Amino acid sequence: MNPSILILHASGINRDEEAARACELAGGAPDIVHINRLRAGERNMRDYQMLLIPGGFSYGDALGAGTRMALDMQVYFEDELREFVESGKPVLGICNGFQVLVKAGLLGSREKEVGRQDTAARAVTLTENASGRFECRWVHLAVNAQARAGFLSAIDELIFCPVANGEGNFQVQDAATLAQLEAENLVALRYVDAAGQPANGRYPLNPNGSVGDVAGICNAKGNVLGLMPHPEDHIDAVQNPLGGGGQLGLALFKAMVGTIRI
Amino acid sequence: MTIRITVYGRHTATCQSVLSNARALDIQGLRSCRIAKLYFLAENPGTESISRLCAFLLADPVTEEASWVAGADDAPSAHELKNTAVVEVALRPGVTDVTARELVRGMAELGMPTCEVATATRYELSGALSNADLRRLAQKLLCNETVEHFSLGPIHPQFGQSATASHLVERVPIRELAADALTTLSRTRLLSLDLAEMRAIQDFYVEMQRDPTDVELETLAQTWSEHCVHKTFRARINFVQQDAHGNAVEHSDIDGLLKTYIRAATNAVYPAWLHSAFVDNAGIIAFDDQYDLAFKVETHNHPSALEPFGGANTGIGGVVRDIIGVSARPIGCTDVLCFGPQDFPHDQVPEGVLHPQRIAHGVVAGIGDYGNKLGLPTVNGAVIYDAGYLGNPLVFCGCVGLLPRGSHPTAPQVDDLVVAVGGRTGRDGLHGATFSSAELTHDTAETTGSAVQIGDPITEKGVLELIETARDEQLYTAITDCGAGGFSSAVGEMGSTLGVDIELTNAPLKYPGLTPWEIWLSEAQERMVLAVPRAKLPRLQELAELWEVEVSVLGHFTGQGELCVRYNGDVVADLPMHFLHDGIPQRHLDAVWQAPAASESAPPTPADLNATLLALLAHPNVASKEEIIRQYDHEVRGGTLVRPLTGPQMDGPADAALLKPLGTWQHDKAFTLSVGINPLLGRCDPYAMAVSAVDEAFRNAVAVGADPTQIAILDNFCWGNPTLPDRLGALVRTCQGCYDAALAYGAPFISGKDSLYNEFNGQPIPGTLLISAIGIAPDLHCRTTADFKESGNLIYLLGETHDELGGSLLYAHLDYAGGQPPQMPAKPLARYGQLHAAMRAGLIRACHDLSEGGLAVALAEMCLAGRLGANVQLVGQVSNVSELFSESNGRLLLEVRPEDATHLEAQLAGQPLVQLGRVTAEPQMVARGAAGDAVIDLAVDALVSAWKW
Repeated sequence: MNPSILILHASGINRDEEAARACELAGGAPDIVHINRLRAGERNMRDYQMLLIPGGFSYGDALGAGTRMALDMQVYFEDELREFVESGKPVLGICNGFQVLVKAGLLGSREKEVGRQDTAARAVTLTENASGRFECRWVHLAVNAQARAGFLSAIDELIFCPVANGEGNFQVQDAATLAQLEAENLVALRYVDAAGQPANGRYPLNPNGSVGDVAGICNAKGNVLGLMPHPEDHIDAVQNPLGGGGQLGLALFKAMVGTIRI
Repeated sequence: MTIRITVYGRHTATCQSVLSNARALDIQGLRSCRIAKLYFLAENPGTESISRLCAFLLADPVTEEASWVAGADDAPSAHELKNTAVVEVALRPGVTDVTARELVRGMAELGMPTCEVATATRYELSGALSNADLRRLAQKLLCNETVEHFSLGPIHPQFGQSATASHLVERVPIRELAADALTTLSRTRLLSLDLAEMRAIQDFYVEMQRDPTDVELETLAQTWSEHCVHKTFRARINFVQQDAHGNAVEHSDIDGLLKTYIRAATNAVYPAWLHSAFVDNAGIIAFDDQYDLAFKVETHNHPSALEPFGGANTGIGGVVRDIIGVSARPIGCTDVLCFGPQDFPHDQVPEGVLHPQRIAHGVVAGIGDYGNKLGLPTVNGAVIYDAGYLGNPLVFCGCVGLLPRGSHPTAPQVDDLVVAVGGRTGRDGLHGATFSSAELTHDTAETTGSAVQIGDPITEKGVLELIETARDEQLYTAITDCGAGGFSSAVGEMGSTLGVDIELTNAPLKYPGLTPWEIWLSEAQERMVLAVPRAKLPRLQELAELWEVEVSVLGHFTGQGELCVRYNGDVVADLPMHFLHDGIPQRHLDAVWQAPAASESAPPTPADLNATLLALLAHPNVASKEEIIRQYDHEVRGGTLVRPLTGPQMDGPADAALLKPLGTWQHDKAFTLSVGINPLLGRCDPYAMAVSAVDEAFRNAVAVGADPTQIAILDNFCWGNPTLPDRLGALVRTCQGCYDAALAYGAPFISGKDSLYNEFNGQPIPGTLLISAIGIAPDLHCRTTADFKESGNLIYLLGETHDELGGSLLYAHLDYAGGQPPQMPAKPLARYGQLHAAMRAGLIRACHDLSEGGLAVALAEMCLAGRLGANVQLVGQVSNVSELFSESNGRLLLEVRPEDATHLEAQLAGQPLVQLGRVTAEPQMVARGAAGDAVIDLAVDALVSAWKW
């Protein structure tokens, strides 16, 4: 039986169907579930083996990208989420999902990995792009083979996929925060050029001005991963704007779904 | 006590843009800018609650800093700082404020008492600024007074409640009025009805022996508006065609442009794959065995002129609802924009007009905001800059949707419920339908500001998902969107045969105080109307709760054929449906088309063809639109296979978009979206504009892989005042061109829209026809893009080049009016059919259509997109200038492998096909004249930098 993957839907989430297709191609059994059905108890997070929060504009990103949905996560699902993460089940946040994970304190928070947010503990954020605009373009990503999210080391080439966001600019409290993220191998994915060399902040290789070219981070346990770009939009070679095969975003889904023990 | 929360953030890019735009406004004293977001709570929830609110929702711990005070007028510190002035900007009461709504919901979620909330933006501006400077900055840059208000210094929050009496229904004495009084009544109530129409209404009420209520009069005005009933396109037209000397050469009596030309063309070609044309909110064609595609293009011109962000925003929202209104799932958007010149001097912009740059910036942001938030890829379009659009920009918004065949019900039953779904009703958008039929003047913003609203895409997203599920569960028997005219139009249309009985107090309102006619006519966004069998209502309500969408039962279908509208049980409108829908008298209009006089001067000859080509590449209408394109998500749904930007650097032009709908990956069929538009040509010859627009939309579609026998087209006419014979004459010629082209290409018109009265202070826009095409691409693996792929490959030109520089970009560049406009190519369908077969056989490596700027621009674009050179030999049948820049229709450039040359020539046998030269590794574009001399010799780098300036 394929591992069941909860794809969380909420008002304004819009890349749920693509994410489901990616999960399917990666060998998972995706189930798109609206957050209100979870709240109503029609579905239970505990019954799934992986959680995916897809891209979109949850609640219109009013009050900041992902902020309102992060509140939902903290108010309604605090215990289930803690249990989910602590049990080692994989959690993936893409774009808006990444923003939600960060703002809910599940990624990039200093003191507590999980649980009711002490916002002062949050040391990273995703904020408006350096250009001040929404931006859609294809980017190259290098995985950090040493990342705590060990499954990433199975990906032996770059990932090529689009970003599409207005608030994808990864920023940190201070230089020490970035140094710590890097030292602890919590940086999972970085923007690079086509040859795999660091973008070094160069636009448009690093499309949003993220510090340290950070495109995605993971937690210390290695089972929660968030990234701004959309690997789910490159799961078939025919989608590659430059033609040719390889560098599929699908590799990330395969690696992550592959960690699930049934 | 009001709480004022101030949140300072980085906002670096916005501050930079304020500084640079201030300089453009010639305000030199501004040194720096700091921005804060403001939140006002009508009641004090206590310090602890405010802290939590800030921590969880209002201030990001990494980038933002919050502070608060009690008492709204005590703004903190900064305005006391030396040389720092404060401008605060807030939405007007009643304008959609999603942030405020989400904040209230967040307060509830955090378990604190909720209260009314308002938001604003604070600008702290330092430097030597006079009060006049500040006012100018506020009005020209920071605030749009159509939807916002500002204050120099702390703003006073307005919480949006207005409580006036709401049950007022006025009787409008009409039976005794003389002609001039009828005209005055139409004008003062913004009815936009002419005397004959007012008389028809008067006659009706004389017969009824009573006067109309305001609800009835407004309902009639909406239903009979140009926007809803297209009275110009249905009018009887006395058309005279004149030669250049003003002698009549043809006279015809046209019984409706729509019937005579547009629908007639559709009926003449009606292919088997066409499933619905003109009867519904969108045209519908077959996609595969299981699914159909619906396509619609709308305009939102006047709202975008006044409030560019909101106008374009709600333009997308409206056309997406058109697609939902045929039970389809929206899957992609297009946009075509016409603006004034971006470098137009600020001090010459007429009073009441926003600067073209501000309009363009707001429109693009508005389209991006709505499409991106709905998760729809915006994949195709065009942008045209012309001084003719200065006071009246054009914003065409298109949407395509996918629906299972046969899943769109259209027959409400007696006793079915009339159910409103989606957003709440407010005073917004009143008179939108009649406003769109009035010319803009300098004080339009003052008098009709309520016709513009800001959209709420997230509410529409919920509606879209609810409707998709309701459709699959067959919970409704008919559906339509609330567009112009609001409930009056939606319910009036849906109940046009059965009749309806409506109770207005059942409609949920944004705020109290709306009178019955305002509820009935409001054009509040994000609303749909469904006909729901009573037994299905509970299930619909259950789903609506899941998707967080409000549903309310307004009334039911009666079977009596009457429109009966009540307020608290009292009848406020009672009209027979047949009078409402068929009572409007047919208009009689005069139209004259005079052929333009031949130019007395010979066309100028450009001295330096290299410089000319670079100038055309850098022309705003040709140059890269990357800056706009990248603000739209063109990747969402993962099916954009020919993108708006192509080539190895992903920055070259594309002819059309090719989309693969999510959920249909089990086969290789896809579809294309393309456009044809050329207002320059319309100035020279509207008939040629129509033919050329159809050809352009077609060849663009074929260039990326569409099957030319499966292309449907949409017409969008944007015109000036049609009651003036010269404007109407040009419109008639355009329609004649549409008819002839549709027949020649075998392409049915499946939907269309006209937007008339596009004039500013009596000056019409250039008559503008947009043709949008949707085509079926049988095999997505055979798709082609415009960029050159490989050096050594052969370059072919398909199609004939004539001396057709009339209306061309070259002549516009040279400021010359004259010359022959492009004609329809001979047997275009056969030509494109053979090309398509060659593509299917895998013979075409790159393909690009020839449009503005002709061969020279097309070849340059293939080079710059592929970062490869080209070496070509001109044929020499016409002059070098004509061969390079003429815009003859029916032409495409092809890149072909040398080993495929014979096969290609066989495939295109009988067609005008000439081998021009080769793709070269050396990045240089060289075109040699008949004498062997290089008439164009330019480095590809130079082409790139001209095109991407």
